[in-house]
Parts: sequence; structure tokens; C-alpha cells
Amino acid sequence: MSLATQTAARPAGRFRVTRSQRNVAWTGVVALIVVVVFTILPYVVYSSTTAILVQAFIVLTLASMWNLLAGYAGLVSVGQQAFVGLGAYFVLILAIHGTSPFAALPVAAVGCGVAALPLWWLVSRLRSGYFAIATWVLAATVMLIIEKFSSIGGGTGMPLPGLAGFSPALLTAYTYWAGLAVTVVALVVIYLLLRGRLGLVLTAIRDDEVAARSSGARVGLVRMLVFVVAGAGCGAAGGVLAISQLQVQPGAVFSIQWTAEMAFATIIGGLGTIEGPIIGTVVFMVLQQTLASYNAWYLIILGLVAIVVALFARRGLWGLVDTHLNVRLFPVGYWLRLDEEQPRGLLPRPRRGRDRVATTGPPPATPGAGD
Amino acid sequence: MSGPQGAGEAAGERQGTGAPLLEVRDLVVHHGQLRALDAISLRVFPGEVYAIIGANGAGKSTLLRTIAGLHRPTAGSVLFDGTDVTGLRPERRAGRGIVMVPEGRRLFESLSVEENLQVGATFARQGPWTIERVYEMFGWMRERRKQLSGQLSGGEQQTVAIGRALVANPRVLLLDELSLGLAPVVVQRIYGMLPQILATGLTVLLVEQDVSQALRVASHIHCLLEGRTTLEGRPADVTAGQVEAAYFGLAGAAPAGPHGEGS
Amino acid sequence: MAWVNAVIQGVLAGGLYALFACGLSLMFGVMKVVNLAHGDLAVLAGYFAIGVIAVTHVPVLWSFVIVVPLMAVLGYLVQRTILQGALDRSVLTTLMVTFGLSVVIENGLLQFETANTRGIGTDLALLTDSFSVGSIQIGYLPLLIFVVAVVVLLGLQYFLSGSRYGRLIRAVADDKEAAQLAGADYRHVFGIAAAIAFGTVALAGIAYGMSSQLDPTAGTDTILLFAFAAVVIGGLGSLWGTLLGGVVLGVAQQIGAQINISDEVLAGYIVFLAILVLRPQGLISRRAPS
Repeated sequence: MSLATQTAARPAGRFRVTRSQRNVAWTGVVALIVVVVFTILPYVVYSSTTAILVQAFIVLTLASMWNLLAGYAGLVSVGQQAFVGLGAYFVLILAIHGTSPFAALPVAAVGCGVAALPLWWLVSRLRSGYFAIATWVLAATVMLIIEKFSSIGGGTGMPLPGLAGFSPALLTAYTYWAGLAVTVVALVVIYLLLRGRLGLVLTAIRDDEVAARSSGARVGLVRMLVFVVAGAGCGAAGGVLAISQLQVQPGAVFSIQWTAEMAFATIIGGLGTIEGPIIGTVVFMVLQQTLASYNAWYLIILGLVAIVVALFARRGLWGLVDTHLNVRLFPVGYWLRLDEEQPRGLLPRPRRGRDRVATTGPPPATPGAGD
Repeated sequence: MSGPQGAGEAAGERQGTGAPLLEVRDLVVHHGQLRALDAISLRVFPGEVYAIIGANGAGKSTLLRTIAGLHRPTAGSVLFDGTDVTGLRPERRAGRGIVMVPEGRRLFESLSVEENLQVGATFARQGPWTIERVYEMFGWMRERRKQLSGQLSGGEQQTVAIGRALVANPRVLLLDELSLGLAPVVVQRIYGMLPQILATGLTVLLVEQDVSQALRVASHIHCLLEGRTTLEGRPADVTAGQVEAAYFGLAGAAPAGPHGEGS
Repeated sequence: MAWVNAVIQGVLAGGLYALFACGLSLMFGVMKVVNLAHGDLAVLAGYFAIGVIAVTHVPVLWSFVIVVPLMAVLGYLVQRTILQGALDRSVLTTLMVTFGLSVVIENGLLQFETANTRGIGTDLALLTDSFSVGSIQIGYLPLLIFVVAVVVLLGLQYFLSGSRYGRLIRAVADDKEAAQLAGADYRHVFGIAAAIAFGTVALAGIAYGMSSQLDPTAGTDTILLFAFAAVVIGGLGSLWGTLLGGVVLGVAQQIGAQINISDEVLAGYIVFLAILVLRPQGLISRRAPS
């Protein structure tokens, strides 16, 4: 029996719409605990560990932003390194003029968000392949322009001022907390955006753009908003990068390697879910640490794994978990609950049949009429 | 309301002629979560003109496309000459002799008329149809064969599309909504060529929105409504009222003809 | 006179750019695939040629005969397996997969080769020579490359317009479903188009290695951009447009270098962006290669 006949057969008022499968207050508590644990980590572990974690925070922020662009708005950008670099240079410029680099971080984020507007104007009308190549050219152009200004280091870069007053241990800790703060804020912002109307509109656009437009969705505006948010997020990550490296070199901060890392982490972890980039970042860091002495190998392996995942496990590692256990850590979807169902407990139960409808999240695994 | 002369005789011998050329058994087809066809069965015998009619969205084109291989059914089977072809890709079915003229013509617009026919003939089977013969049948085509097919009128494009299918020498020709977007006069002229096509030994399975047109040319009709069979039989055996009721799903629709209800 | 020289050098360079571009244009026109790894394939072919020469000690020109057909076969296989799989998923997937391939190839080359540049030595003295027309020096090698490029493009044009498979490629590009109904397996046709694309870009890559230096990141840094720019300037849909695009790009670059040599690359990027912004109609509507 089709869904239409099923629901039509029931008298009205026999179903509810909820935001999650089960009581997720506990998820919020766990999240809080996790954040607190991470916050006190610098007191407990070696600085080499915190340095690795700072790297992880940067990649996680970048991956979440790339996921927002590609997994939700359908914009595959290979030029996000432009914002990473711009963020780093915002921090550098402000530090040169006396601001503490840490205080400069929010300014860098906002600055990159604003910078995203004219860049969006340049590329917004382009179709996917041309959009991708245009973003890359933009990034390369931005780098070449910035390299012309010797006052901020020119082609060779310069050290980041304003950090000399900190003791090494304190600097490591502050850098770590800055990275943690940026990551937490980024995830919270993304969660709130996707949970609200924006998430619905993005899913509608992804499923059927024409229908979404005729329903009143402001497709262009929504995409622009996503691009701006992603620019700001990548900029903040770039600021943290500058602080963690104690210097800003154009070749390093504008490298396309950042796009490779954020894209691969997202694809492997799961495109189109908030949890995906988290898992992808973990995989990435593990690979990078184990293959650290082998130079470019981790990128090669990461790239190959990403290709395989994109082809065969389209929803990534998290998608595999999600499909079988029906778990969402970040409740951004909607569930249609028919009243006869028993209230579910805390533990996940295996999926029975096709009882999921109308969720905001990754696209369905079954091939539809149009893809 | 009888079909064309030759086809009527063949239809009269329907029962017990032997094996059907094309058979569909309990076909279930989905578009995503929507069930477009619900356990459809039909049989087309050699030499017939089998017409599938029904309102928009009834599933007619879906049925034809599934038979051609462009759609995978969720359940059920398609048999051609007794062999199960349900798993075959469209190009393989064309190689066996199931060739479709798709809805909306779908010519290769950057190719000329001649090139369109040449593509159709690339993987052709042996048979009476050649590009030359198509030029003979449609008189205007030879002179304008170098013209870009995208520049032709709707009716001309439709005939090129039919020609492209014919040069492949099909055994069963599937025609999807020939009349779409064409003036009635043009449609009639195109349908008027069916006897020539049938004379070379082809069988025709067509989908037609225009019911009276279908009834004029068909030797057997099959009405669909929301994916289900509502009427089946020879045009001579059904009344206008029955057809109307079957088409719109009104109460009082007659039970289907000799082959029984499709579902 | 320097300007005339610049124009001529630009025209000669344009032939090579067009050769880089025609594979990209073909893959996009037929399969709707924007191959972000396109430039890296050229570099890969160049290094492949270096390796073949090092191992077998054949004369340089023989490397073409060995590497180009092998790359064409590789193209068919990659299309039938990886790219077809990605196409079956979505446009986004093909972008991600070709980006992934690009990164893998570049880092693979970085791993096994040095990051320094390498050239393919031309042992024929003639090819490093040049002749003069008035006060203009024209190198034999650039001229030869230009001639080869034009010949290849001519051949490709003839193939597409006059042959059985060329027709099939154009038909599949127009409407792959209708082509299926006519009996053509479009996956096979896609494979052939990819084989042609990989083969031509390999040819161009080896030629590039002979006239300039190869380095692992040249694929995305320079070649992909050149190819894209040539396609964008000339418009998608005709090989002659691609040649024109290549020539315009080459001339623009040389003139830019006359003005200020250090800004050559930046000028190229800005012009490219300007064209993307001002000529969107060439990019939004797709046309089949004619």
C-alpha cells in the first residue's frame, strides 16, 4: 500500500511530527561533557598531543564547511583555500597593527565572510564543473595578488607578531583553546542553521530545484548564505592555522592541499551529514600520523579511499552507521511518527522496513527517478 | 469501430494462434516510492497493432519504456519470442528486434536527417528496411537529407524518428505518443503509413493519448488507469461508453476482455 | 617587431593549448564530465615517456608511439570503471572523483619523482634549432608542435563528422537514451571518447615536456587552466573554436609578457575570470562537439 493510502486511511490527528527518534536531551549532555573534557585536555596531555589536536580542529572545521557547501548546497568548491589564506592574512595584518592574534580571530572570520560576497558574485551563475574550476582560479588569483604586498611578507611570508610574550606552554594551550573554540562554534552554527528553515530549504533544493523555486525558496540567496558561512568558517580555521604555525606563508596557507584534505575527510566520513566530517577527520588524522614520515603517501591513500567511498559507499562511513542503526547525533531532521508505535528507548534498534520519511539530511540511498 | 483490415483478421485469430511475440507478465514498476504500474500483463501477437490508451499519468509511457528496457521493473517479466528479456539493456533489446520511437521524437539534433538514419542503421538487423526504402516512403526526405534534424518541423521530425527506428529492422516497433504536439492532419497522415509498415512483417505496440485515433488503427486496445488495467479487447468488441468509463475510472466500467483483468 | 614576434610565438603556443583542450572539451561535450585531472594526465604521460626512454633507450619520438596508445587504452578503462561509476551517481560525484584522481596522480608523481622540473630531451639537433624570417626567430620544435596539433585536430574533426563511431559519439552526446534505443551501448561510446581525450592530452603532454619543463604540479597549476581557458574562450562545441581559443590565449599571454613579465600568470588568471563572468552563455548552455 502506498504512503498516500496508508495515511489517508487513518482519521486525522493520529500522527505526530518530531525532531528526533528518541529523547536526545542525553545527546546534548554528552556533547557538553565532551567539550568540557576537550577543554581540560591541555592540562593533562603532552604538548605534542595538543599540537596534533589543533591540526585536527582545523581540518574538522574545514571539512564541516566543505560538507555544508557540497553536501547540502551542492556546490563543489576546490578553492576554499582562498579563505583559509585570507583568514590567516587577516590575523597577520591585525597582529602587525597591534591586535592580539587571538582577538583577531573573530574579525578574520567576519572579514572572510564579507570577502565571500564579491567572490560569490563572480562565480554564482556557473554550473558545477565551471564553478569548481572558477573557485580554484579565484584562490590562485587571491594568492598572487597578496604576494605582491611585501609589507605582509610578499612571496616568502613572515612570522606572526604578537605571540612573543607567551610562554611556550601557555601559547600551546591558548592555541589549542582557540582551535577548540572555533570548531565548537562552527559545529554549533552549522547545526542551528541546518535545524532551522535553511536546512529544509537546502534539502528541497537538492531534491528538486525547480519545485523548490516554485514553492518560494530563494535558491540563490540560500546558496549565497551557505557560501558566506563557509567562507567565514574557513577563514577562522585559517586564522588558527596562522597562530599554530607562528608564521604566515602564502604557499602554505593558500595551498590546494587544504581543499584536498577537507574534501577527502568529508567524503570518507559522509557527505551530507554533520557527523560525517567528524569521522572523516578522525580517519584523516590517523592516516596522517601513521604515514607522517612518508611525505605524500597519506594524501595518495586518502585520495584513493575517498574515490572508492564516493563510488561505493556514497554516504560515507557515517552513512553506513546511520543506515543500519538509525542514529543521529545531531537531530536536524523530521520524523513522522504514527501513533501506534511504541516510544523508543535510549538504545538504537535495528531498522524495520521503510518507516523513515521526510528527513533533512543526506540524500536517500535508493536511486530515484532523477540523479 | 473496427481496426484496419489486415490487422482485424490477425486479431480475430488471436486465441490459439501460437506464441505471442511480446509478452508482459505481472509487471510492477516504481518511480522512486510511487508505484507506476501495478501487476500489468499483456500479450502482443505477430502482425497486430496493439494500442495502450489512458489518461495522463496512467502509466502508458512507463510501460512502453520498461518494455524497451529503459526502466527496470520491481517485479514481473518481459518476454520476447518466448525468451525472458527483463534483464537485458535497451541496446541489446534493440538488437533482438524491440525498437522504440520515444516520446517527443528525441532526434539527434546536431546531426542531419541522413546521419540520424545512419545511426539507426549502425546496429541494424537483417531485413527489408534500408535508408533508401525510408526515403521512398517519406518522399520529402531524400532532398533534405543533409539538413540538420533540429531544424525540421514536428511532423517531419516524427517521420525521421520512425525512419530511424525502421532502418534497424525491428520485429516489434514501439511507438510512444506519436501525436504529441502535432496537428491532427499530420498525425493522421503518419498513422496512415502504418499499413505499409505492417506489410513488411512488423508488429506494432503503441501508446496513444488520442483515444479515437487509437481506436481507428488498433487491432487490440488496452486501457490503463493509475497503473492498472481497466479494459482490454478488440475495438469492435467494446462500446464508446465502456472505453470512456475505463479511461476515466468511472463506475460501471466493463470487466476486461478475453484475456482477463491485468491485475 | 617584438610585438609581431610575440604574436607569432603566441599562435604557435596556441596549437599546443588547443591540443590540451580538445580532450577536455570532448569529455565535457559527450559525457558531461569536467575532468579536473585532465592536466595531470598530460604530466603523467610526460613522465611516462621519460620513464620509457630511460628503460628502453628508444629515440625520443618513439615515446609518442608507445605512450599515446597506452594512455588511450587507460582512458577507456578509467572511463568504463571509475568515471562511469561516478556518472551513475551524480555530477557532484564525478567532480569529487576527478579531483581525487588529480590529487592522487600529483602526489604519486611527487612521491616517485622529485619536485624539481624535468624535461624530455630532444636528441634531434634539428628540433632545438630555429630559422629566421626577417628578424623573427621561429623554433622548429614549436612550429612542428603547432603543425602536429592542427593535423590532429583536423583528423579529429574528420573522425567526428565522417566516421561511424564519430557519428555515434555525436549522437550519444545529443541524447544517450535515444542512442541506446538505436542499439548503441553508450558506455562503450563514452569509453571511446575518453580514450581519444586521454590520447590527445598525452600527445600534448609529451610535446610540452619536450618544449618546456615538467613538474608534478604543472597539471593543475598550468595545463588544466590553459585547457579550460581555451575551451571557454573558443566556446564549447567546436574543435575550431578550441583552436581559436588556444591561439587567443597564447597571443594574450605573450603580449602580457611583453608588458610585464612577472605578471604573466596573474594576467592570464584575471582574463580567464573576466571571460567566465562576462560570457556565461557559453558555459550554461551545452552544445555537442560538432
